[in-house]
Amino acid sequence: MTPEHRIPHQPPRQFHTIAIEVLSLLGLSLVALLFLFPFFWMVSNAVRGNNEVLAVPPRLLPNEYQWGNFVEAWLHLPFGRFFLNSFIVAGSVTAITVVVSALAAYAFARLKFPGREGILVAYLGTLMIPQVMLVIPLFLIISKLGMVNTYQGMILPMAFSSFGAFLLRQFFLSIPRELEEAALIDGASRLRILVSIIIPLSMPAIGLLSLFTFIGQWNNFLWPLIVVNGMEYATLPLGLTMFQTQQGTAWNFIMAGATLSMIPGVILAILLQRIIYKGITVGAGFGGR
Amino acid sequence: MTDLVSTPAPLQRRRRRKDKISAAETRAAFLFLLPSLLGFLAFMLIPIIASLGLSFTNWQLLKPPEFISFSNYIRLLTTDPSFFKVLGNTLFFTIEYLVLNIVISLTLAVWISSLKRAQQWFRVIFFIPTFTPTIAVSIVWLLIFTPGGVMDYVFQTLSLNVPNLLLDGNLAMQAVIIVTLWASVGYNMVLFNAALDMVPQSYLEAARIDGASAWDQFWKIRLPLISPTIFFGTVMTAITSLQVFDQIYVITRGGPGSSTATLGFAIYTNGFQNYQMGYASSLAWVMFVMIMALTGLQFWLQRKWVHYDA
Repeated sequence: MTPEHRIPHQPPRQFHTIAIEVLSLLGLSLVALLFLFPFFWMVSNAVRGNNEVLAVPPRLLPNEYQWGNFVEAWLHLPFGRFFLNSFIVAGSVTAITVVVSALAAYAFARLKFPGREGILVAYLGTLMIPQVMLVIPLFLIISKLGMVNTYQGMILPMAFSSFGAFLLRQFFLSIPRELEEAALIDGASRLRILVSIIIPLSMPAIGLLSLFTFIGQWNNFLWPLIVVNGMEYATLPLGLTMFQTQQGTAWNFIMAGATLSMIPGVILAILLQRIIYKGITVGAGFGGR
Repeated sequence: MTDLVSTPAPLQRRRRRKDKISAAETRAAFLFLLPSLLGFLAFMLIPIIASLGLSFTNWQLLKPPEFISFSNYIRLLTTDPSFFKVLGNTLFFTIEYLVLNIVISLTLAVWISSLKRAQQWFRVIFFIPTFTPTIAVSIVWLLIFTPGGVMDYVFQTLSLNVPNLLLDGNLAMQAVIIVTLWASVGYNMVLFNAALDMVPQSYLEAARIDGASAWDQFWKIRLPLISPTIFFGTVMTAITSLQVFDQIYVITRGGPGSSTATLGFAIYTNGFQNYQMGYASSLAWVMFVMIMALTGLQFWLQRKWVHYDA
């Protein structure tokens, strides 16, 4: 095996592998482009006149761009209101879930009390309960509390997450106890330790829990469908279905509303892709899809 | 001698630590747990028990509920003509969707991980729909599938003699499956992609030196090594797909006829459109039993194909 012997074989082989790599990249790009078509079709139909939506043959791009459709949808339909409602509900559920889960997780991870394992097992046991099974009794509870068609009624039943408590407990357990022992000897309260030592160290886990809770609630449909009537408290998904039935032909405005409803998720998915990627590997989106 | 003295010491210490459940610590723990426990009781435990209780009543929202023993369950198994149709639709959707989801997401994951560049871009493109509202996704696809829409046009241009998907009782479920795949396949893709990245490069290197083809490397090394992750993805996807609701509510409303009515959709219509809350609760328990049964089946089957050690 002299060096001269090798040289003639090397270039064609490299060319071969490079060709395969390029073809593979092009092939997947084509698949990705086709995959993105529904997004393109949504935006393209959101900015055209409704008479152009079902034109034969279909027009990829509108003849006349009507960017004002977004303003119209936001102000008058009123997707602006739905957006605000979605934001209030998803934001509140996320805030409450994180606080309640962190408090419970600290007790599970650091304090000794009778029944600790039992409660934890009960929490985990409810992870497979389908939401549609809970909504019938939840509706009964919420109507007894007089919370039908209110923010409280939309938020409170969704703000308890047994998974959140479990996820944070796992993370808290990985924090060395020594860090808080000095503070305990100095007489700091448990709450003080949680807030000023444990929580700052747990931001990766808390961030993941917040992200997946927010997105889950932003996209939630079944509970708002049941607990809300009328437009005042409707969230974006619910508002979208209202127009589907009321004026099912106003496709351009519906597509504008659909675009608005997707903006936060698309931005978060792109900006936080590394965090999401890590999060899914530790099971943070558990029960997501 | 030293052994006799030193071994019991840790045991003693452990026992002492176990006994040391102090009243103060229990009180603190109770306060920390209180908000979570209240939520768990009010919005989880009580609803679960209430749901089971309601399934033995004929509660119709306006009239007070009456205990009717197993009548709801007898009705769905014997007299309700739609129950077995709904059960069949749900299983059909779950099985076809589950198989396609795992095959497509695994293919994409392997394809993406084989690339030298642009991996993160492809990952994010296929992942984005999982972060968007299923309702919005379904409405966009409804526009694509609607009679006279772009899908019909594509079928015509390709001279494919395919009827409109939403108007055909045999094809409507395929439309729902396509939408669900588009909306969700990115999640398992990321999950599997991450698992593939964790396969030690040295294993594949060793196999290559031994002359294993790329095909063999996949089936004999990478697939077995990521099989626990595939198992986890399969179990989670099965649990969510048995509950399918949003897509059906928007795209087909269970139609045409009842060809796409699934359990989730039937629970909603019985409970919140016909106000038969008792009967809907019994359907919900059927769904829960199906979830448990399918999960149990998968845990039983995993012994045949999941490898937990390399």
